[in-house]
Amino acid sequence: MDRFLFLTFDGLSRGAVYAAFALALVLIWRAARIVNFAQGAMAVATAYVAYSVADATGSYWIGFLVAVVAGLLLGAGVERVVMRFVDHSSPLNGVVVALGLVLIIQGVLGMIYGNEFRPAAAPFSRDAFEIGGVALLSRYDLFVFGAVGAVVVLLTLLFTRTPTGLRMRAAAFAPDVSRLLGVPVGGMLTLGWALAAAVGSLAGMLVIPTELGLHPTAMDIVFISAFTAAVLGGLDSPIGAVLGGLIVGLLLSYISGYLGATVAPMAVLALLVVVLLSRPDGLFARSKARTA
Amino acid sequence: MSALLEVEGLTAGYGAAPVLHDVSLTVQPGEIVAVLGANGAGKSTLLRALSGLLPIQKGRISLEDRDLTKIKVEHLVRHGIAHVPEGRGVVTELTVEENLRLGGLWRKPQPSLEPIYELFPRLAERRTNEGHQLSGGERQMLAIGRALAAQPRLLLLDEPSLGLAPKVTAQIMALLRDLRDRTGLAVLLVEQNVRSALSVADQGIVLSLGRIVTRHDAATLVDDAELRHAYLGF
Ligand SMILES: Nc1ncnc2c1ncn2[C@@H]1O[C@H](COP(=O)(O)OP(=O)(O)O)[C@@H](O)[C@H]1O
Ligand SMILES: [Mg+2]
Repeated sequence: MDRFLFLTFDGLSRGAVYAAFALALVLIWRAARIVNFAQGAMAVATAYVAYSVADATGSYWIGFLVAVVAGLLLGAGVERVVMRFVDHSSPLNGVVVALGLVLIIQGVLGMIYGNEFRPAAAPFSRDAFEIGGVALLSRYDLFVFGAVGAVVVLLTLLFTRTPTGLRMRAAAFAPDVSRLLGVPVGGMLTLGWALAAAVGSLAGMLVIPTELGLHPTAMDIVFISAFTAAVLGGLDSPIGAVLGGLIVGLLLSYISGYLGATVAPMAVLALLVVVLLSRPDGLFARSKARTA
Repeated sequence: MSALLEVEGLTAGYGAAPVLHDVSLTVQPGEIVAVLGANGAGKSTLLRALSGLLPIQKGRISLEDRDLTKIKVEHLVRHGIAHVPEGRGVVTELTVEENLRLGGLWRKPQPSLEPIYELFPRLAERRTNEGHQLSGGERQMLAIGRALAAQPRLLLLDEPSLGLAPKVTAQIMALLRDLRDRTGLAVLLVEQNVRSALSVADQGIVLSLGRIVTRHDAATLVDDAELRHAYLGF
């Protein structure tokens, strides 16, 4: 029972990160109808920058802030410089360009930082403290929950309570009508990418210290998990992404806990395939199938 | 006094071959101009070219002597033009209230929506419903209400009667007349429903195959049996 509880909390902590990363994918999907396969590589790139800054300044928190800001800029840049010029008449084009970006980013990171794992320190202890005699949660887990919770709350407020959020939603749903109503649709798209990439960077900063550390491919497995989470949630739904993330986190935790860690990556892929085959609109779909 | 909208020699279309040929028209402040014509005549194309959704190939469009073709689509509302596209353009994923807010969002401070709700009490009742939950008539009210929330001087209205019961159409036409009389709103009213449109319009323009084939005072178009037979088919 203690083991089950431990795995549950561990799964929720991982799941929170997947939720954030899935949220980033959903943000771009909603804004641009593109699955940003470069999200993982972009997050790693900003994490490298963040740890360089943290090393230079001696402050993890300055590095953390830099990661988020770099995410904003990188996301805006990718939309402005690359994605805007992709012909979206076929959904495959965006995918191919994103995969190309992955190769470029990983290649450049390898050239600058090398292709070996670099240690990435966590800002809080990852040792679990005891609750009711069972070691369940670490300070770091609490930090993860807090950070992801803050992201969810802030995004919710942005989209439901602010004029900019209303503009962003309208621009995504009905670009021509929005333009006629005075919404700068291109700018909203850039903002969507920027926000998504910043959330992705934040998720990267949260997850990298819990895995093997910094590496150009450090986010590949996380990407697949988060993508599965986003698909599970319907790809269109922020709430779905969060729930999907938690579900995937829990499943992975139970599987690696009871069956062994090596099975986990296979299990994610299997889950992704099952979801795509059986519930392509996600577990919580209520309306029509999505179209690209 | 200069016209509010002045179009001269407008030629526009979707590919190389133009749909609209050499279209000229003017709309004065406080005037309702009906653009009539069969399905496919180019009425919607005209409105889309005016609002910049469609690039023009030749001609001049000016709004009070300002070159409208140089103004970006998303800046149009700031210059007092609201375009209600065909098929109404309600953002179906947003609530009634959100759609209306969107209309006035560019204004600082943002206008109260109460006048719109007074105009369309039905919308007030459906405030929190999403667009896809509305009936055709409600969507049309919402699209018009949203355009009015931007407080335009010129309303480009594309087939407001499409799919509506005659009674609802009559209400909308009465509203246009009232707005013109009270606020000096000018309307370029695209309609296939000739009788309804001419019941409120000051001028009528008939488009056929992308060309203006006749234009007259609305009263003349209605009264002159020969004109009616020749161009309007009734
Ligand atoms: N998006 C489009 N692409 C190409 N041709 C179009 C498009 N929309 C309309 N057309 C053509 O332009 C002509 C005028 O259409 P439209 O302006 O919609 O007519 P109306 O609004 O008077 O019914 C038609 O021949 C139509 O086939
Ligand atoms: Mg039309």
